[in-house]
Amino acid sequence: MNDIYQGLYQAMRLLVTLDPGLVEITARSLQVTLTATVIASAIGLPLGAWIAVNRFWLRRYAIAILNALMGLPPVVVGLMVYVVLSRAGPLGVLGLLFTPTAMIIAQIIIITPIIASISHQAIRDLWADYHDLLISLHASRRQRIATLLWDGRRALMTAALAGFGRAIGEVGAIMIVGGNIDHATRVLTTAIALETGKGDFALALALGFILIALAIAVNLALHILSGTERGSRW
Amino acid sequence: MTFKTLLATVSALWLATAAGAEEMKMAVTTSFANSGLAEILLPQIEKDTGITVELLVVGTGQALKLGAAGDVDAALVHARAAEEKFVADGDATHRREIMYNDFIVVGPSGDPAGAKAATTAKDAFATIAAAQAPFVSRGDDSGTHKAELAIWAAAGVEPSGDWYKAVGQGMGAALNTAAGMDAYIFADRASWLNFGNKGDLALLFEGDPALFNQYAYLPVNPEKHPHVKAEAAKALENWLTSDTAKALIEGYTIAGQQLFTFNAQPM
Repeated sequence: MNDIYQGLYQAMRLLVTLDPGLVEITARSLQVTLTATVIASAIGLPLGAWIAVNRFWLRRYAIAILNALMGLPPVVVGLMVYVVLSRAGPLGVLGLLFTPTAMIIAQIIIITPIIASISHQAIRDLWADYHDLLISLHASRRQRIATLLWDGRRALMTAALAGFGRAIGEVGAIMIVGGNIDHATRVLTTAIALETGKGDFALALALGFILIALAIAVNLALHILSGTERGSRW
Repeated sequence: MTFKTLLATVSALWLATAAGAEEMKMAVTTSFANSGLAEILLPQIEKDTGITVELLVVGTGQALKLGAAGDVDAALVHARAAEEKFVADGDATHRREIMYNDFIVVGPSGDPAGAKAATTAKDAFATIAAAQAPFVSRGDDSGTHKAELAIWAAAGVEPSGDWYKAVGQGMGAALNTAAGMDAYIFADRASWLNFGNKGDLALLFEGDPALFNQYAYLPVNPEKHPHVKAEAAKALENWLTSDTAKALIEGYTIAGQQLFTFNAQPM
């Protein structure tokens, strides 16, 4: 228990003094994960909607595979991205291994199936309601998807936030492709792994509390900005 | 967000990471990183040579693998046989000895196996094996792991069974495991002194010359990997073998104990 109190105390101290090391790794955590979430959403949301409104061969299998990919093991994704980006690998000439860009790529691969899968579920229900209306209006396929994405934006925000949540707390993949380099690719989760390795449980816990607080803060900020859950509305 | 702004964001991020003046990547072992010496050396290296050295902290096995793939510009590791093979394979231009520290045997302070009374490292290992006392091994092909295996071989013991636990992790994680199970463990002195979760563990055996741990610097061969920063790697080698480095390395102490002894020879 003592380590937990020590951790809380250290978390407070780091936050109050705005420790420069903490600010740096927190900013990098946000930079990597927010970028990955934005790009993964740009791919995943339309993909989910497209699968919901289209009927095509093997659709059922595509959905099943998408759902299964939600459970992609980060360490395997990390390893694959590593092998591809390594100097000895096919994209080695780009020199991207051990950079934040490599971490963003790995996180996009991990969270795009989650975002696509959750948005597919949401859009499918909405499509059932809108189907007759949109067909009778002779809306093109593109217009249908745009309408569904816009009217389903609250559920889609949940999809994006689920992706964000998975990515911000992820350590297996970014440890491998980022390398946990001080002042270059160290983020909150890899710093926690490092401090645990040094046996400094109090500092590791403190960083853990800060990570949880950060996830809550980002979620709250998005909900407030998008005006959900206001008193006058259900 | 439109596709254009998205593209702009991605390319800006890519440029931000691809640019950068004098940076080089060096793979180092966990034992070196955990010692805390890097935090003393790196700022001075940056001041004297203008090179920002980015450290990748991995086991010696992986460090050499990174070098062979050309993913780092140099490596600072401690496993002589593997290093010589690395040079022989043409992955590094040469091997340069920099400094040494030593390994120790740590175990439960009660010392149920009686390793403390041993006169040599192999005797200490033999008593642990005879008592079947829990022993945590790095098991990750690191320099420390290879040194541990060499001592088991010298003791004539093939370590296996329930008491021998190979965790496959870095020095810190292995020490955490040993502290949690009250087990014996083979560690480097620097990691042990800096370790914050000692629990009931204590230093039981030290001082045998067989526990000598030589660190060597290996610049990755630019003929094999034309993109490596050979000049920065050369400048770093010159610095690491300089008198400035000697003073910093030998002046570094934890709890009043000198950890590393500088032994680089002029070329």
